[in-house]
Amino acid sequence: MRPPRTALGRMLDSDLGRSFRRSPLTVLAAVVALALILGAALAPLIAPADPHDPASLNLMNGFTPPMTPNAFTGEAFWLGTDDQGRDMASAILYGLRISLFVGVAAVALAMLIGVTLGLIAGYVGGWVDGVIMRVADIQLTFPAILVAMLIFGVAKGLTPPESRDQMAIWVLILSIGLSDWVQFARTVRASAMVEAQKDYVAAARLIGRSGAAIMLRHVAPNALGPVLVIATISLALAIIAEATLSFLGVGAPPTSPSLGTLIRIGQGYLFSGEWWILFFPALTLLALALAVNLLGDWLRDALNPRLR
Amino acid sequence: MASTPSADPENSDAAAARQVLSVRGLVVEIPTRAGVVRPVDGVSFDIAAGEILGVVGESGAGKSMTGAAVIGLIDPPGRIAGGAVWLDGARIDDLGPEALRRLRGKRIGMIFQDPLTALNPLLRIGDQLTETILTHLRVSPAEARARAVAALAEVGVPGAAQRIDSYPHAFSGGMRQRVVIALALAAEPDLVIADEPTTALDVSVQAQITALLRRLCRQRGAAVMLITHDMGVIAETADRVAVLYAGRLAEIGPVRGVIATPRHPYTAGLMAATPSATGPGARLRQIPGAMPRLDAIPQGCAFHPRCPHVMARCKTEAPPPFPTEGGAAACWLLAPQVAR
Repeated sequence: MRPPRTALGRMLDSDLGRSFRRSPLTVLAAVVALALILGAALAPLIAPADPHDPASLNLMNGFTPPMTPNAFTGEAFWLGTDDQGRDMASAILYGLRISLFVGVAAVALAMLIGVTLGLIAGYVGGWVDGVIMRVADIQLTFPAILVAMLIFGVAKGLTPPESRDQMAIWVLILSIGLSDWVQFARTVRASAMVEAQKDYVAAARLIGRSGAAIMLRHVAPNALGPVLVIATISLALAIIAEATLSFLGVGAPPTSPSLGTLIRIGQGYLFSGEWWILFFPALTLLALALAVNLLGDWLRDALNPRLR
Repeated sequence: MASTPSADPENSDAAAARQVLSVRGLVVEIPTRAGVVRPVDGVSFDIAAGEILGVVGESGAGKSMTGAAVIGLIDPPGRIAGGAVWLDGARIDDLGPEALRRLRGKRIGMIFQDPLTALNPLLRIGDQLTETILTHLRVSPAEARARAVAALAEVGVPGAAQRIDSYPHAFSGGMRQRVVIALALAAEPDLVIADEPTTALDVSVQAQITALLRRLCRQRGAAVMLITHDMGVIAETADRVAVLYAGRLAEIGPVRGVIATPRHPYTAGLMAATPSATGPGARLRQIPGAMPRLDAIPQGCAFHPRCPHVMARCKTEAPPPFPTEGGAAACWLLAPQVAR
């Protein structure tokens, strides 16, 4: 048999594939996650309306319940409309887009920062390690959402008021990403320290490779194993963090709402009987976070050699 | 050939120039909480081109630390605190990190103890070989690959042209050690340091690997520092042997002479403690006691508490190396004025 060519190839090889097929819950989670991702990606093609275009809204359509024709206009909406007459199904699809984009980008940022700092801390060691890991320790003493809110507030103060709504998404990514790098750094540091002691690293030092070359070519690929698992679990957390920030009113603006913004809008109408404005975005968020979490859990177990 | 290390480092510079590797009065210090320890204390030896010097001793005797000091790979806070290392007549122990980095990869090859960790598991072995070749020889990538295939074939990896694209996990331990040897010799070094190259292998493979190492180094005229605790490996591979005890050189000399007539009581004890399969089931002799901890090396000769021939002088004065047949041994028994 031909040996698998890369780490990724080896991971997608039969062991993991078989473990995937043997777990119906994981398959279900994957289907749900895939459906939500596809829905978000194809939103402009499949959504009935463009919720970001205020001109397309008809206020007469406000508070239309799901699957029921509106009393004034006679229009019906799958998941009803909100107070502005915005089609909830479309708003959720577009909101999902923002939530997923913010989540993925924030995790990518956290991963970039965490992996880089973790590698440096683990491979260089000494006072560099001390400084990086103490910063990480200090950051961990605050709840991540508080750190994100602090960064969000500072960043918002620094952006001019007229561009705040456009900048909101990027500020969200920055604040969630910066609040979440610590666990990447800790994990990568630990495995980098183990790898750095191995003879192949000494061999690379001996043949005269520079520290940076050894770190990137030899230590990094061998230390990255656990990162995929953390990234998946972090993705669920980042999506929830985004929703939390938006729910608190400091995240995505109402003009381009994320799932969290929709839930915030919806909770104002919960006790007046318009339950669908809250219910469907919340259900979507729950399904997304749960599916991603289940995938992360499965990946962690499947890649753990001790549980095989 | 082998020159006798002199007690006076200054006068031996001329002799050092003719050797591939010359080590004079090497001292390695590591500061610890309990004070500064010296895992290597005043070790001197030479290795000529094409010669294999076995370095033998118990665990913690300073064998590997000596090897690491020679290639400048002692991890801080440890440092070379004294003595000198010459490679091809040029002093290398006081070079800056950058100069040392350029020099050692090209001129010094290293064979590690554990072939399981000496190869990067995520790189094809061909990539690791060409990395070494491209770093040090001015050749094209295609030429480097051709050389890598040739190097693999030379160390006896069957089907080298196909196996070059395999990952380390597809090789057995013995085959991996062959790859490690190919890797160490890829840049055509003048000096090869082999740190316990056969310890992790089973006995039948051990013999193949030592024979391979011996043949390749002879062919290329490389000097070899073979670090091991196995007298058997030394006996069948090395030309000369240096016996270390508690970081000090106990005895050095031609293998035959040292094995047949050890002059230092520690060497004698080591030889007596080597199991042999030829005799009847006699009880294996051992050296009473254990090697001292590095922070509690006794005054005088470090071996005196375990020595069967201990004298009053051994407890106060450390013995200098006294010349023996083709070598030297640091023992007061060999002092000219001592009547035995």
